[in-house]
Amino acid sequence: MKLFREEFPSKKQAVERLRLVLVHDRAQVSTGLLELLREEIITAISKYVDIDEEELEIELNATESKAELVANIPVVRVRRPLE
Amino acid sequence: MAGRVIVVTSGKGGVGKTTTVANIGTGLALRHKKVVMIDADIGLRNLDVVMGLENRIVYDLVDVAEKTCRSVSKALIKDKRLSNLFLLPAAQTRNKDALTPEQMIAIVDELKDDFDYILIDCPAGIEGGFQNAVAAASEAIVITTPEISAVRDADRIIGLLQEKEIYDPVLVLNRLRPEMVRKGDMMDVDDINDILAIKLLGIVPDDEEIIISTNKGEPAVLNAHSKAGEAFRNVVRRMEGEEVPFMSVDGEPGLFGRFLKILQGK
Repeated sequence: MKLFREEFPSKKQAVERLRLVLVHDRAQVSTGLLELLREEIITAISKYVDIDEEELEIELNATESKAELVANIPVVRVRRPLE
Repeated sequence: MAGRVIVVTSGKGGVGKTTTVANIGTGLALRHKKVVMIDADIGLRNLDVVMGLENRIVYDLVDVAEKTCRSVSKALIKDKRLSNLFLLPAAQTRNKDALTPEQMIAIVDELKDDFDYILIDCPAGIEGGFQNAVAAASEAIVITTPEISAVRDADRIIGLLQEKEIYDPVLVLNRLRPEMVRKGDMMDVDDINDILAIKLLGIVPDDEEIIISTNKGEPAVLNAHSKAGEAFRNVVRRMEGEEVPFMSVDGEPGLFGRFLKILQGK
């Protein structure tokens, strides 16, 4: 008989793995999610800096332990402060 | 009256859709509602055996769709226990292409005015059979078990239901094992609620009585001693708008268990 519990009950692994797999599933299923995100990022950032829209890359990466949104945005020029 | 048309679906197979339809249908009929259960799992019909009505089938869903039988009511099988409960069985020797969403809508339209509830037992998967089952429904009950694979499929189904403009599906968490939850070896209601984020309709504990009741062809809601039966009776009350507290799943451990907890400083 096991007197002491394991440090990491298997349910926690299930929850973690499920969260990560759903990040991917949901992003893939909603086609256009990354496309929408891309356009809104361009709009937001363009207020402050000129960027190379053609070269802008957005990726959703999920590894075994985390999911991350990675954006690579080449800056062409930073605008002069208004004042 | 225009009845509520509810599809019971899960994505993954074997999580308890048919059992749930049989129990909810019987439970609603026990409350004097007029109920028809439609088995939309063409080619793999099962609701008839779960209900113990397999020997009474003359016509099936495809016969109705193709107008082989004169009217829908000709194909309805009356339950042997409750006179206000009916089954429209699936065809067993045809495949899923034998029906179209349009035919399904037409059949449900014909039934709508005569029943309080039309429950549709959806086949597993997301292809044609799912599309047919969902076509005529305006509400959905999503069934899952506390396993990664089932919850993942439930998430996908919730997305697909949205595309079909069913925005408020409710969840039945089936086959929960309190002992495993307590040990931290099974996801709890909160974990699953957190992930799927839809309204909870019921928690059904894993119960050997379900297997026995299926053996006999008598839904567990009819059994006063079955825990799953009690959970399904609660589901039915909630469907009828009653506020019913959810069964506690982390029941207190026994004396020895409590002693262990103190030992571990928990």
